[in-house]
Amino acid sequence: MNPRRLADLLPPLAFGIAVLALWEAGVRLLGVPVIILPPPSAVAARFATSIPTLAADFWQTIKGVLAGYIVGCASGFAVAVLIDRSPFLKRGLLPLGNLVSALPIVGIAPIMVMWFGFDWPSKAAVVVVMTFFPMLVNTVAGLSSAGAMERDLMKTYAADYWETLRALRLPAALPFVFNALKINTTLAMIGAIVAEFFGTPIVGMGFRISTEVGHLGIDMVWATIVVAAVTGSLFYAFVAAVERRVTFWHASYRVKEA
Amino acid sequence: MRSTLPIATVVLAVIAVWCVAAVLLNAPLQRDAYANAGRTDYSTQDLAVDSLNMDRPKLPGPHQVVVELYKLVFATPPTSKRSLVYHGLITLEETLVGFLIGAALGVGLAVLIVSVRWLDRSLTPWLVASQTIPIIALAPMIVVILYQFNITGIAPKAAIAAYLSFFPITVGMVKGFRSPDPLQLDLMRTYSATRVQTFVKLRAPASAPFFFASMKIGAAAALVGSVVAEVTKSEDGGLGARLLAGSYYGQTVQIWAALFAAAALSAALVGLVGLIARVTERRMGAHP
Repeated sequence: MNPRRLADLLPPLAFGIAVLALWEAGVRLLGVPVIILPPPSAVAARFATSIPTLAADFWQTIKGVLAGYIVGCASGFAVAVLIDRSPFLKRGLLPLGNLVSALPIVGIAPIMVMWFGFDWPSKAAVVVVMTFFPMLVNTVAGLSSAGAMERDLMKTYAADYWETLRALRLPAALPFVFNALKINTTLAMIGAIVAEFFGTPIVGMGFRISTEVGHLGIDMVWATIVVAAVTGSLFYAFVAAVERRVTFWHASYRVKEA
Repeated sequence: MRSTLPIATVVLAVIAVWCVAAVLLNAPLQRDAYANAGRTDYSTQDLAVDSLNMDRPKLPGPHQVVVELYKLVFATPPTSKRSLVYHGLITLEETLVGFLIGAALGVGLAVLIVSVRWLDRSLTPWLVASQTIPIIALAPMIVVILYQFNITGIAPKAAIAAYLSFFPITVGMVKGFRSPDPLQLDLMRTYSATRVQTFVKLRAPASAPFFFASMKIGAAAALVGSVVAEVTKSEDGGLGARLLAGSYYGQTVQIWAALFAAAALSAALVGLVGLIARVTERRMGAHP
């Protein structure tokens, strides 16, 4: 890592450490009971002693997250490419897609649990529905983002629909597709965790949070939240890293000359 | 309206798919019901019609949901605990209180981030990171913590609604306050405008489109927050409590009715923000 990036990292790092220190000191000095807000050290201790449980919860939840994410994103993308040829369908589906993205989709969780049972497929189903529409809307927007000049150029090359799609419009749509992929990482985690509030075998991050809250094991809740936060951030970072590799040409990655 | 026909077509198609799916999903249950009743002389049409009218279907027919909605919204007195108006109002109250708090906090924090340099450097990466965290996982815990402090009623749920709506608003508003281009900022400097003047006369008006876009996201997020919070503390009612009660007792029609009520509420909130946005933009001189 070069010194410039290290210097950029310092202020947020210092801020994070300051918040943790204040939290620890505040909890200890004010004598806040552990069942209300445990100090970070207690959470870390709990984390260290319950790694097997946390790992089992992680695997249970991540199965639903990944399966749903892949199916939801792939089908959203496929439907977008299909309806792209029909302006009629586009005009009909897009307002609907925008409407659905504003709806509290997590509410379908109890229905999916009823249909697909308590195990991870029902969580994956919630995630599919949650990730489908952002992908659809973004891909459709991306496919129409190629400029008129470039399209004309493709026409002068006598490129047919599929050649234009492959060589011009799909690459031009990639920034939008990655935007949806990034939004969907968070949505997928949220969908899977909330779906677990509605019924699950006795394992999973959402299950752990809701039962430990019931037992007032707040330090365990925080440990699970740490796992969820780190998982969510790594998932996002992974997609962002792929994006950087694939769409390196995009304007937002240009580095300003010093 | 150019897009009325396409939208109507798509909606009709969705309803058609729904009916077919309902028949396919419920037919096995209905066959069992026939078998239990000792009936063997049913036709395919009987099977299809009865599958759409079951008491506890896997997927209720669209008309069942409409009937249930009508029954629970208009035919039940709004004071009854079964009425969706009663529960919808609880949810709406939490959502609005939470949304207003969240919006104020979100805009305030954005103002701080844009105007205080060290806050920007130390806080912004955390805000971006917080976007990748499934914040909703915190909801049940916040409710319980606030109950420990004897904060009951709508406050804990409004807190979660505020919490969920405030992150997208902050991120959107920071972007909005930074949206004026350098030329315009330079112009303000040539006028020797103070930082406050630049903020009030340039940055704030320029952020209007971002403001309304993030308000829409924030309103939708606030509703999700209060519904999820109601699931974790379901004694006080609300649409989330209806969802949970329906899933406990296998009342699928009731779940769908609550779901549609929540969807209508969310669409109404977002639509209201959109309306205010359009009026304001016209006042500000936008050409529709």
